[in-house]
Amino acid sequence: MNIKTPLSRARGLGHASEGVSHFWRQRVTAVALIPLVIWFIYSAVGLAWKPYGAAIDFVAEPHNAVFLLLLIWASIIHLRLGLQTVIEDYVHDRFAKLACLILNDFFAAIVGVTCALAVIKIFVLAIPA
Amino acid sequence: MRSVLSKKGHLSGSEIKKMAENTPRQRPRSPFLTIYRWPVTMLTSILHRVTGVGLALGMLLLACWLVALALGPAAYEAVQAFHGGVIGRFLLFGFSVALIYHLLNGVRHLFWDAGHGFDKDRSEQTGQLVLVASVIVTLAVWLLAYQVRG
Repeated sequence: MNIKTPLSRARGLGHASEGVSHFWRQRVTAVALIPLVIWFIYSAVGLAWKPYGAAIDFVAEPHNAVFLLLLIWASIIHLRLGLQTVIEDYVHDRFAKLACLILNDFFAAIVGVTCALAVIKIFVLAIPA
Repeated sequence: MRSVLSKKGHLSGSEIKKMAENTPRQRPRSPFLTIYRWPVTMLTSILHRVTGVGLALGMLLLACWLVALALGPAAYEAVQAFHGGVIGRFLLFGFSVALIYHLLNGVRHLFWDAGHGFDKDRSEQTGQLVLVASVIVTLAVWLLAYQVRG
């Protein structure tokens, strides 16, 4: 039996009013992270024993800066959605759950903005005057 | 059954005890977690979640590295020195093995989402493959890293 109105069925947003967006964004970021993580591991191995200057030169390279920002962006979305699922699975107290979900959002925002700002600062300062 | 029922229509504590004593012990029982033989699919599923949470916290390692690099040579050398120490290397190794496992098993999940390889035998096989491959790839990455050092 389907008691949905035709309009709500067409919208497909469901009870939480967001449809399959959680599922979908988790998968899209997962696909994006496959090449980004392989690139990151390769780059990290290359930089492991290098001095400060080499690391600066690395981030100053435009394609590396772009990949780093994409890696940060996709990782933050992916980890925020993943931790949200873990919280919803294990934290049942209403207040504690709400607090954890908000802290999760704050964690993702703070770490993401901090990482991105560091990359942008290094990149911009390395532009020859 | 009727003989052990009291007149009140429900079982008293001593009556339940008596029933339990008279029940044969050979009946099949549900295995508890500690004596359950873990299927590979169960192990890989739990590991996927554990490594996922670990990697989320491990994002702080990347944040520290980037912030130190943005702050200047002194901060960067300090973070690099920490990474080179015993605790640092342990954290980096844990981060790398979690990252590689989560990456490989994540590909397995994407295939499942697309409707492939979700049957019992196939998921057991790919689970074993992912476990072995993540150990080999992690060791290869670290071997390469020490090779690069020269």
